Amino acid sequence: MLYREAGQFKSSYGSDMAIFPLRQDRIGLAVILLVAFVVIPLSMSSFTLNSLMIPILVFSLATIGLNILTGYTGLISLGTGAFMGVGAYATYKLTTYFPEVNIIVLIIASGLIAAAVGVVFGLPSLRIKGFYLAVATLAAQFFLSWCFIRVPWLYNHNVSAAIEVPTRGLFGVPITGPNASPVTRYYVVLVIVVAMTWFASNLVHGRIGRMWMAVRDMDIAAELIGIRLYQTKLLAFAVSSFYCGVAGALMVFLWLGAAEFESFNINESFLILFMVIIGGLGSLIGSFMGAAFIWGLPVILRAAPETFAIPIHAATVEQLQFMIVGALIIFFLVVEPHGLARLWQLAKQKLRVWPYPY
Amino acid sequence: MDLLYHIFVDPFGQMAAAPDLLVQTLWEGLVSGVLYALIALGFVLIFKASGVFNFAQGIMVVFAALTLVGLHQKGVPAFVALVLTILVMLALAYAVERLVLKPLVNQPDIILFMATFGLTYFLIGLGQLMFGGEPKVMIANELYLPKGSYDIKMLGGFVSFQKIDIAAAVIASIMVATLAVFFQHTRIGRALRAVADSHKAALSVGISLEQIWVVVWFTAGIVALATGIMWGARSQVEFSLQIIALKALPVLILGGFTSIPGAIVGGIIIGVGEKLGEFYWGPLMGSGIESWLAYVIALIFLLFRPQGLFGERLIERI
Repeated sequence: MLYREAGQFKSSYGSDMAIFPLRQDRIGLAVILLVAFVVIPLSMSSFTLNSLMIPILVFSLATIGLNILTGYTGLISLGTGAFMGVGAYATYKLTTYFPEVNIIVLIIASGLIAAAVGVVFGLPSLRIKGFYLAVATLAAQFFLSWCFIRVPWLYNHNVSAAIEVPTRGLFGVPITGPNASPVTRYYVVLVIVVAMTWFASNLVHGRIGRMWMAVRDMDIAAELIGIRLYQTKLLAFAVSSFYCGVAGALMVFLWLGAAEFESFNINESFLILFMVIIGGLGSLIGSFMGAAFIWGLPVILRAAPETFAIPIHAATVEQLQFMIVGALIIFFLVVEPHGLARLWQLAKQKLRVWPYPY
Repeated sequence: MDLLYHIFVDPFGQMAAAPDLLVQTLWEGLVSGVLYALIALGFVLIFKASGVFNFAQGIMVVFAALTLVGLHQKGVPAFVALVLTILVMLALAYAVERLVLKPLVNQPDIILFMATFGLTYFLIGLGQLMFGGEPKVMIANELYLPKGSYDIKMLGGFVSFQKIDIAAAVIASIMVATLAVFFQHTRIGRALRAVADSHKAALSVGISLEQIWVVVWFTAGIVALATGIMWGARSQVEFSLQIIALKALPVLILGGFTSIPGAIVGGIIIGVGEKLGEFYWGPLMGSGIESWLAYVIALIFLLFRPQGLFGERLIERI
């Protein structure tokens, strides 16, 4: 009744092609942004911000990155964690070499470095695809993780082999390092994520996005209609790695505060892949839902026994958590293989005809 | 120039100077190759018959070994525990068929692949919940696996062959031979190959997909158990094995996803290449290159032969 397009006329090609053609959708987006920018920072404790909201935003960004590669272009990658690591280590090196340059600029620049590395490891995708490509990206994962330990230059010959975040500010307010308050960091992450999501949305809805989807649906057919496969696939690798690199840099600089090679191991890659699949392949909003679900679920599971005062051992909770996450992944795939995004679409369709479905 | 010398000349000089070390390294590579091949075999079995890229094979190895050791620790005699573990693997095969494969029939490959991820997580949790997460010692003595080593004098030095490694190689060979006979000459084996060729055609001639899937996952479970026992006896039964099991992936690439001999040959190439690389070229770039060398070997290989050594050439049509 409320969610209905009756009376909204489209009088130009532009308005017909709009991403949010319904007024209600635009209002909804405005409300979400309002909540994200005003309500959440005001209402949530800094602990919740730091342990729930910032990671969800960071992982959403990485998930969008992997979604561009896997969901839109159909190339499976198991090297996401390593590309995030490239972003983080590149930012770290850049801050040591250019201490006076604005940290945001450095994060974006390290995204470009990650993109370059991504292109190099994307080269095999020109010859191979499917699971073979997944294994090829595993080479990237293990090789880069090895570099993060064995090349001391990357962590400035630090004894602990870890990277620690220096304090850097924006307009005189510290946004990285131990002195930055969670609220400031939340705002910085939020602004970057919103801007990059907007960019990604324009990318996937435009000519480039259609090229990617054509390659995903059938690469030979795409080639026959004049899409240059090499450039398209490599571009997908570059953009995807750029997003992952920025997400990795944000993860270390604005969330964790310090990191070592273990933070970017293969489990990180799997985690992001889960988020993509659960959220929905080829959906930006699904990336956010997937990240929130996969990251939020363990947090809730950990909090549940305390809330309901169930006497249970901490280790048992950990193990149960593994089992529940595993079972839920299978359950979700069985119930809705297209992920949370599809559920959201179905719900919208139901709302549209409610309360007179016929 | 110095670098080129260290890459192209020096390692071979070392090999010629100490042939006994070379033989030892080759043997080590061969044995780890056989173990990779065993894991890869489990992958191939399932991929052939159901087209599922079973990521959970690694954790199935750990889970089988863990169940065996865990049951024994709870006071069950070794061979009874072995039988019980086989039954557990059968139950697992049934459960996977019922709860994972059947509802997901006809879904794209990546969805099934992700479902095996879910299975992996579930088994990690279940294994830790039942038997604890700490590393365990394999009950090698109770299963009458040989211990100790043969030290053979050859080429101006001693080369030591662990008896357990020899046993692993022998058992792997027996297993591969049995599987080959099973696939070629039994009714179920022929049905398996039919399913591998085409699900629909197999269904239409009256082959029960459900039964085939249970058989295949059960066979993969047995292979996993054997791998777990061997690997556990060489080191320990622990969850990190699951990551090592990812080494089976480059093996698969080398051998082709659908070929059993390919899995064996690929495994040996990867195992030997890895050990030689680590021993002779590793010091050049800081050690630990073992962790990624296998993938790079596979990657280089892929550029020249994308379908693997024995894989079927894919012809794509529009």
